[in-house]
Amino acid sequence: MNRRTMGKTLLGLAGAAAVALSVGAGPAHAQDKLKVGFVYVGPISDHGYSYQHDQGRLAVEKALGDKVTTTFVENVPEGADAERVIEQLAASGHKLIFTTSFGFMNPTLKVAKRHPEVKFEHATGYKRAENVATYSGRFYEARTVVGAIAGKMTKSNIIGYIGSYPIPEVVSGINAFTIALREQNPKAEVRVVWVNSWYDPGKEAEAAKALADQGADIIVQHTDSPAPIQTAQERGLWSVGQSSDMTRFGPKSHLTAIVEDWNGYYVDRVKAVLDGSWKPIDTWGGMSTGMVELAPYNPAIPADVIKLADQIKADIISGKRHSFQGPVKDQAGKVVIPEGKTATDEQILKMDWYVEGVQGKVPK
Amino acid sequence: MSDFAVVGSILAAMFAAATPLLFAALGELVVEKSGVLNLGVEGMMLVGAVCGFAVTVQTGSATAGFVVAALAGAATGSLFAVLTLFLLANQVATGLALTLFGVGLSALIGQGFVGIPLEGLPKLNIPGLSDLPVVGQALFGQDVMVYLAIAAVPLVHLFLYRSRAGLVLRAVGENHTAAHALGYKVLRIRFLAVMFGGAMAGLGGAFLSMDYTPMWAENMTSGRGWIALALVVFATWKPVRVMLGAWLFGGVTILQLHVQGMGIDVPSQLLSMLPYLATVLVLVMISRDVARIRLNAPACLGKLFHPDA
Repeated sequence: MNRRTMGKTLLGLAGAAAVALSVGAGPAHAQDKLKVGFVYVGPISDHGYSYQHDQGRLAVEKALGDKVTTTFVENVPEGADAERVIEQLAASGHKLIFTTSFGFMNPTLKVAKRHPEVKFEHATGYKRAENVATYSGRFYEARTVVGAIAGKMTKSNIIGYIGSYPIPEVVSGINAFTIALREQNPKAEVRVVWVNSWYDPGKEAEAAKALADQGADIIVQHTDSPAPIQTAQERGLWSVGQSSDMTRFGPKSHLTAIVEDWNGYYVDRVKAVLDGSWKPIDTWGGMSTGMVELAPYNPAIPADVIKLADQIKADIISGKRHSFQGPVKDQAGKVVIPEGKTATDEQILKMDWYVEGVQGKVPK
Repeated sequence: MSDFAVVGSILAAMFAAATPLLFAALGELVVEKSGVLNLGVEGMMLVGAVCGFAVTVQTGSATAGFVVAALAGAATGSLFAVLTLFLLANQVATGLALTLFGVGLSALIGQGFVGIPLEGLPKLNIPGLSDLPVVGQALFGQDVMVYLAIAAVPLVHLFLYRSRAGLVLRAVGENHTAAHALGYKVLRIRFLAVMFGGAMAGLGGAFLSMDYTPMWAENMTSGRGWIALALVVFATWKPVRVMLGAWLFGGVTILQLHVQGMGIDVPSQLLSMLPYLATVLVLVMISRDVARIRLNAPACLGKLFHPDA
């Protein structure tokens, strides 16, 4: 069990953004156990990104509870405050610290330099050190499966896509989705609305409404709140959840969700520290590792569509199929990935262009 | 979908998007007219949002939810009133602290309520009228809270400018020493005004958590309380202009999403900025007319008052 204490409150930029910081600490008496720390960017109650990371922490407690204690700090703003939080965890005897958001990259490296005896794991970053490993998921793989389902399910041939920020992770997701969508249904197109936030339920709902009003009959999101699912349910449209299973917010609407599952990875990494085999590696796991999963399919999806989705999923896992399999054309019709080739990891990690079938331009 | 239908749905979405702003800004307008500057609108909205949501989940009654949201907002507001009116704390600092407090308190109360879905309010589809082209859904197909917010505009106006109580409240805001000398209870009037402001902010917050996106999420007002504060100045302390400002803000917010969806090539970051930019521009235009600001801004806004001083 965790004891939670309400921590200090921080005044954000312009006095507008306030962040409540709360710290959960394990039992203090366990001196001989390995102390593992987790730093989350959002509240663990977001039922999305940070929630999934915390599920991983709980899996560690469950699997190795007799050998480890865990601590988490939620709602940590990216920037200077993050460094203080990570430093505090390192200084208080944590030997393995997971920093779970991209913006924690530089603070993690700084603290890692001062604490060579502590091991760090940074999610979605690209900088490593002697004691800093990185990890992320190939979320675009799941978007390929979702794209195929959408191609079979759409009637209006317009898919509404709510984006957070135009970064390669999101853009590659849109592209993987669109390629699979148009493979099933060449007439379908994708309309993207950026809300410039990871988590703003009001704005996400407004974006979903706007896309619905423009004729979209499936709403896909790459933002973290379940608000678009609720809107889609209200409008009688299909939707696809993000980060965790969001079925209960729209049981009639929720086709499936792209689920991030860190449980296995976290348990493995803690085990590696316990047996001394830990190395500062980079892990970019796809559906084959279980890091990227799909939530249960909506029972209303016809059996042949589910069969197709399962086939695509199996092919991606076995390596028979790649999300970006040539020929892939950009919006101007130029072949970017030639026939017989697949996109390199570098191409995916730097993706800043749309494939054919996406409306509008990537904001620069 | 035809172009007319899209215009109609933009209008419908605009009225809904403006509703939380309208509630909160009307409440703050009355507070400021009484001479008190409460910057804690965001905090009061969040407390209202979480309390309304919690009660609706527990009782199943949206009416009970909204009543409790208003009470919770008023209670949070009265905390501010006690600190600034009786203990003479600085209003700006206390207001900022109230926002931070509201963020933390609402998160604490809401811990057990995250991830619970709720049904939104039903739309009042008025037979015949709500099927009219373009304006049908926008004007006759909203839910009751949208109409309540709009109805509050003439009520606040009538209260402030056509009632004796409103006259006294404005007098307190203009010159609290004179009002005190005339025998009016300055602190009591201000206390009530702050509570009213809190109740309205609570309703605005509850509209978000119970209707607009029927769920509880930490910090779900995402800065709408601050927009409401800006709207009051934007409207030069006039209720009708608060409503127009809220519609303008809501309209630009919705419009920029449609522009993106249509694939029109404008940077989305710029579009996200647009509602705020529009607010700043109008503020600049109004501020050029010094006389208008001076005539409408309560002269004692933000000033401390002590009856024995």
